[in-house]
Amino acid sequence: MELTGAQALLESLKKEGVEVVFGLPGGQTLPLYDAMYHEKGIKHILVRHEQGAGHAADGYARATGKVGVCFATSGPGATNLVTAIANAHMDSIPMIAITGQVGTPFLGKDSFQEVDITGITLPITKHNYLVKDAAQIPYVVKEAFHIASTGRPGPVLIDLPKNLQVAKIDFKYPDSISMPAYKPTYHGHPKQIAAAAKLIDKAEKPMIYAGGGVIASGASKEVFELATKISAPVTTTLLGKGAFQETHPLSLGMLGMHGTVYANYAVTECDLLIAIGARFDDRVTGRIEHFAPKAKVVHIDIDPAEIGKNVSVDVPIVGDVKNVLSALNNHVKAKDPHSEWVAQVLSWKEKHPLCYKSGGGLKPQAVIEEIYRITKGEAIVVTEVGQHQMWAAQYYKYSQPRTFISSGGLGTMGFGLPAAMGAQVGMPDKIVLNIAGDGSIQMNIQELNTLVNNKLPVIVVILNNKYLGMVRQWQELLHGRRYSHTDLDDNPDFVKLAQAYGAQAFRVDKFEEIEKVMKKAIAKRDCPTVIDFVVEREENVFPFVSPGQAINEMIVD
Amino acid sequence: MRKHTIAVIVENRPGVLSRVSGLFSRRGYNIHSLAVGTTEDENLSRMTIVVAGDDDILEQITKQLYKLIDVVRVYELSNISAVDRELVLIKVAANEATRPEIQQIVDIFRAKIVDLGENALIVEATGDSEKIDALENMLKKYGIKEMVRTGKVSLARSEETK
Ligand SMILES: Cc1cc2nc3c(=O)[nH]c(=O)nc-3n(C[C@H](O)[C@H](O)[C@H](O)COP(=O)(O)OP(=O)(O)OC[C@H]3O[C@@H](n4cnc5c(N)ncnc54)[C@H](O)[C@@H]3O)c2cc1C
Ligand SMILES: Cc1ncc(C[n+]2csc(CCOP(=O)(O)OP(=O)(O)O)c2C)c(N)n1
Repeated sequence: MELTGAQALLESLKKEGVEVVFGLPGGQTLPLYDAMYHEKGIKHILVRHEQGAGHAADGYARATGKVGVCFATSGPGATNLVTAIANAHMDSIPMIAITGQVGTPFLGKDSFQEVDITGITLPITKHNYLVKDAAQIPYVVKEAFHIASTGRPGPVLIDLPKNLQVAKIDFKYPDSISMPAYKPTYHGHPKQIAAAAKLIDKAEKPMIYAGGGVIASGASKEVFELATKISAPVTTTLLGKGAFQETHPLSLGMLGMHGTVYANYAVTECDLLIAIGARFDDRVTGRIEHFAPKAKVVHIDIDPAEIGKNVSVDVPIVGDVKNVLSALNNHVKAKDPHSEWVAQVLSWKEKHPLCYKSGGGLKPQAVIEEIYRITKGEAIVVTEVGQHQMWAAQYYKYSQPRTFISSGGLGTMGFGLPAAMGAQVGMPDKIVLNIAGDGSIQMNIQELNTLVNNKLPVIVVILNNKYLGMVRQWQELLHGRRYSHTDLDDNPDFVKLAQAYGAQAFRVDKFEEIEKVMKKAIAKRDCPTVIDFVVEREENVFPFVSPGQAINEMIVD
Repeated sequence: MRKHTIAVIVENRPGVLSRVSGLFSRRGYNIHSLAVGTTEDENLSRMTIVVAGDDDILEQITKQLYKLIDVVRVYELSNISAVDRELVLIKVAANEATRPEIQQIVDIFRAKIVDLGENALIVEATGDSEKIDALENMLKKYGIKEMVRTGKVSLARSEETK
C-alpha cells in the first residue's frame, strides 16, 4: 500500500493500538496534521501547551498501563516537551513523543525552528530516533513501542523531518523486529530465587518495601500473596501507592521523608528488607548508612543497574516482579501472622498514627480525608508537587494500582492538571481528582480550556494556602522562617479564572461545605470543576525527615 | 583509583558516540582516553575506553552502558590478558646538535622518525601506554612542540574471549 510518511506514521500507531494522542501542530508537522484531518481511528486532543501534551500522555499511560503518545512541532514545540519527557523518564513511564523536524536538506543549518531535539533528549529518553529515510518509519515506530513498553519502561522520542512526512513509501508494518542487543531479563534466576526464599524462611522480622515496579509489572496480587503468606508488613514508596491495599492491617503506608512513623521504624528494625520494584531513592532512604541497618536485603528489579546502585544487596534478583514473585511465593514457608514482629509493628501503628492538630481554619489534611470519604476511596488521584501532594499521599488511602498518579522523581509542578486530563481520557468513567497547590496549578492552568473543550470532568481540588507551601515549610524549619519569595498572597481569583475558562467553580472555606460541593462536582460529567479550598496557610507536612538524617529521626509536629 | 580498560561493542548508528560519551559525563565517570574504530563486522564499531574508578563504579558503568539500546557488548580488558597498543606522533624541537641524541632514543624505543624539518622532527611510536609515557618523558627535555596520542586500543589474547 502506497502511503505518505505521515499516513504511514498514523497507520503504524494504529497497529500499535494507539487510540488517542495529545498534541499541538506547527510548521514542521503540517503534513502530519493534514493526515490527521482525515484520520478516523485515532482521537487527537488539542492541548494549549506542549508540556500539557507530554504530561497528558504520561498520565494516560499511568492510569491505563498503555503507552501514551504526544505530538509537537519542531523547535519550541519540541523543547516544550522536554520537562514532560524528563518526568516520564525519571518515573519509568512508557511514552512516545513524536516531533516534527525541519526537512533533511535543512538539518544542521540553524534553519527556522530547528533544534537538535534528539541531542537535547539524549539523557532523558530510554532511546530516541532522528528518522532520515521515510521507508524506515514503520520499523522505527515498531521498535520505539517495543523499547518504551518492555523491560524498564520509559519515554522514546521520534524526530520526523517534514520532507519524510510527505515522501511516498510502500507501507507494510513489520511483524517482528530484530534487536539483538536489547533483551530485558524477565525471569529471575532460580538459584537467586531459592537464595531469597532461604533468607525469608530464616527471617524473624521480614518487611516488604514495594515501589513503582510492582505497578508497572501488574503484580499487586503476587505482592499480596507474599505479604500475607509470610506475614510481612508492607510499606510502599510514593510511586508504589496502590500496589498494596492501604486499608489492610499489614499496610504501613509510605516510608521515607514524609513517610509514616511506623513505616520508618519498621524499616529501621526489620531483619530482612524485601525491595520489590523500588530504587532506594534518597527521599526514601534518608541517610543511607542508617537505612535498614539491621536488615539483609533482597532486591527484585528488572533493571540490573538499579541493583547495588545505592545500597549493597545480599540477594539480587533481576527480573519482572510478577514472574519472580510467582516463583518465589511457592518457595517460601508460611509464617505466624501473630508473631512478635507483627505485634510490634501493629503497636507502632496504633501509637503513632498520622495526625494533625485540629482547630483554626480549614485544615488541608481534613479536606483530603473528607474527599476520601465522599469518593469512597475509588477516585483516581493525580497530584501536583508540594505539600498538597504529600497530604494526598498520606490522607487518601489507595487500594488499587494506578489510582495514585504523581510526579515522583522529577517533582514537576504543573504535572497534575494535564496528567489528570490524560487519566480521564483513558478512564472516562472514573472520578479523576487533580489535587493541586495554588502555586502548581498556575504552571499548566491553560489545560482547563482543553478539559472544557473535550468535556472532561476532572475535578481540580486546589488546597490554597497562598504560598509555595513546601518551600515555605523548608524555610520555616531549616532557614529561620525567612520566607524568601514564597508568598503568593496576590494569587488570582481561581473561581473567576476557572469560570472564564468555562469550568464549573466553587470556593470552600468551611469543612461542612465540602460534601455538598464535592457532590456537585461529582455529578457534573460533561465539564471540569475547580474547587478553591481556602486552607490554613502555615500548615506543615509531618512526619518530616530533615535532609541527611536517618529516617527514624523524624520531626512529627 | 584503578584505571580500567573496557571495550564497548556498539551498533554502528548515528549518535552512538555521543550516547556513550554523554553517559560517562552525565554520571560523573572520568574518561581517560577513548578510541573508536571499525571492526570485523561492518555493522559494529568498537570503542576502547580507559576510565578511572573503583570496582563499584566499573560495575555501574558496565550496567549503565548495557542500558543503551545500541550497546551490544561490554567487557573489561584490564582483568584478562590483552594486547594493548597506542600510537603517538610527537613533534620535537631538534637542531644539528640534538638530532643524533634524539635518533638514539628513537632507536631504543623502536620508534621512527617520519618527518624531518629545519628545527623539528616528528617521531612515530606504537606500544603500550607505559612505553609511550616513557618515550614522551625522554623527549621532553628537547622541547615537545605538538603531540597526539590515539588513546589505547586493546584486544584480548586468543582463548580469553569468545
Ligand atoms: C516533594 C516530594 C517528596 C517526596 N517524598 C517521598 C517520600 O517521603 N517517600 C517516598 O517514597 N517517595 C517520596 N518522593 C518520591 C521520590 O522522589 C521517588 O520518586 C520515589 O521514592 C521512587 O519510587 P520507587 O522507588 O518506587 O521508584 P520508581 O521510580 O517507581 O522506579 C521503579 C523501579 O522498579 C523497576 N521496575 C520497573 N518495572 C519493573 C518490572 N516489571 N519488574 C521489576 N522491576 C521493575 C525499575 O527498574 C525501577 O528501579 C517524593 C517526591 C516529591 C516530589
Ligand atoms: C517546576 C518546578 N519548579 C519549582 C519546584 C520547587 N518546588 C517544590 S514544591 C514547591 C511549592 C509548591 O507550591 P504549591 O503548588 O502552592 O503547593 P503547596 O506546597 O503549597 O501545597 C516548589 C516551588 C518544583 N518542584 N517544580
